[in-house]
Amino acid sequence: MTLSGTLEVASCTDPGMVRSHNEDSIASDGDQGLVVLADGMGGYNAGEVASGMATTVIITELQQLLEKRVPYEIDAHSGQRVAHQLLHEQIAKANTSIYQAAQSQPQYAGMGTTLVVALFYDNKMTVAHIGDSRLYRLRGDELRQVTKDHSLLQEQIDSGVITPQQARQSQNKNLVTRALGIDPIVEAEIHDYDTQPGDIYLLCSDGLCDMVSDEDIGLALQTLGSNLKLCAQHLVQSANDNGGRDNISVILVRVLRDYPAPRSIVGKMMSWFK
Amino acid sequence: MAKLILSMDGLILKEIALTKERTTIGRKPHNDIQIDNLAVSGEHAVIVTILQDSFLEDLGSTNGTVVNGQPIKKHFLQNSDIVELGKYKLKYVNEAAAGQAKAADFEKTMVLRPGSMRPGPAPAPAAAAPVVAAAAAGAKNFGDTLAAQSATPAPVAPSKAAAAPHKNAAVQLLSGANAGKELDLTKPLTTLGKPGVQVAVITRRPQGFFITHVEGASFPVVNGKTLDAQAHSLNDHDVIELAGVKMEFFLKT
Repeated sequence: MTLSGTLEVASCTDPGMVRSHNEDSIASDGDQGLVVLADGMGGYNAGEVASGMATTVIITELQQLLEKRVPYEIDAHSGQRVAHQLLHEQIAKANTSIYQAAQSQPQYAGMGTTLVVALFYDNKMTVAHIGDSRLYRLRGDELRQVTKDHSLLQEQIDSGVITPQQARQSQNKNLVTRALGIDPIVEAEIHDYDTQPGDIYLLCSDGLCDMVSDEDIGLALQTLGSNLKLCAQHLVQSANDNGGRDNISVILVRVLRDYPAPRSIVGKMMSWFK
Repeated sequence: MAKLILSMDGLILKEIALTKERTTIGRKPHNDIQIDNLAVSGEHAVIVTILQDSFLEDLGSTNGTVVNGQPIKKHFLQNSDIVELGKYKLKYVNEAAAGQAKAADFEKTMVLRPGSMRPGPAPAPAAAAPVVAAAAAGAKNFGDTLAAQSATPAPVAPSKAAAAPHKNAAVQLLSGANAGKELDLTKPLTTLGKPGVQVAVITRRPQGFFITHVEGASFPVVNGKTLDAQAHSLNDHDVIELAGVKMEFFLKT
């Protein structure tokens, strides 16, 4: 099943003003309704290697699997939604690849990456994330952060040690509590959300949300939403104008129309001929 | 590493490095920072340090704890905060926050793992590790051991003041139904034109003001010249034509 003409996708990635390397990695396939963003960490170029492995494994494997598997169906064996199962399996696969490379090659020791993936199907989106890369949604004029960071700060906010306002002043911004490729097993947080035509989704690395306030991100999505490419460039530019201390990556996805899954036999036949 | 400078009447008495998870302050001798003064309670206050962040908490002292002139119960210490206990002053100095430029290399994202400690060059994270594990204990995702690797992160809060150009600017309409009307360009982004027909945006950046085409078949015209898809820097008294309306950009003093 293809979603061509359903989603508009634009992206932009930049090393920022301070770093010489870009350790972020992004990939997307609008026709399959798949977007992936990863923010790597590790010495020398290990961060790039980790984030690159994560996006490549996940996008190429899922592209093939989505040819055969139907994401909205429930898997007979596991009782899980196929989308969840596919994401679980491919994230585990990416984790193993990165972990093994880090174990076997000294220059990659300790490398890892954050991850945020969104898979669109049947007027829905399944989001999987690990670490502090985020997904936001603009619906109407309301910007909402959909994912919740796996970070020390988020845990401190949750346990009431500090307020979200204080968190912006914290010195402990860069500590994530989950990452891909660090341990033999990782658990991604996976949730489903309903989408509506007109929604704009933003996937970003912490290089954006640490440098640009949610208010300014919301303003950019609202005013430049009609030109996604420009909007993506503007967000990166804003982060750089504010100092650009980290790599900055953004992927924007706009839902152009409804895309219910064809459930009847006739509908399925039609979708084959599309 | 953060430290406290203890002083009285402007005289520096000593410096205390915040290496421990809990640094206690009080009159009794078992405190980490003992202040032998009757205005100070036996157990007066405690500073909890989690990696690079320190939190001051009053332990129900008789005379209270004051930070920068305000009585507090619990306070997230910021560089240069002055804590007052009776006649004594404690200045909080966090070099990581003060020397942000130097710390840029250290602020890379790292994984925080409770338990197994990797020995770091700085003693601070080592001392703080148990707190981290405690802070993280609530989360299910911590199966096994992790290390709080040493680092000196230096966050920068997005600062609008720094990003905004010094001058203000506005656009005045020269033709059309609203001729004469002025539009102040105070927001980082201001859109002009008719949605669905032609829209351009003026971005306010540290370098100045820029106009960029957003949507529509025709591009904006500045001083009689049609723009391309690139951002165009605006100068004082530039005349913009957009969706059949002329307007003038000007800087305000």
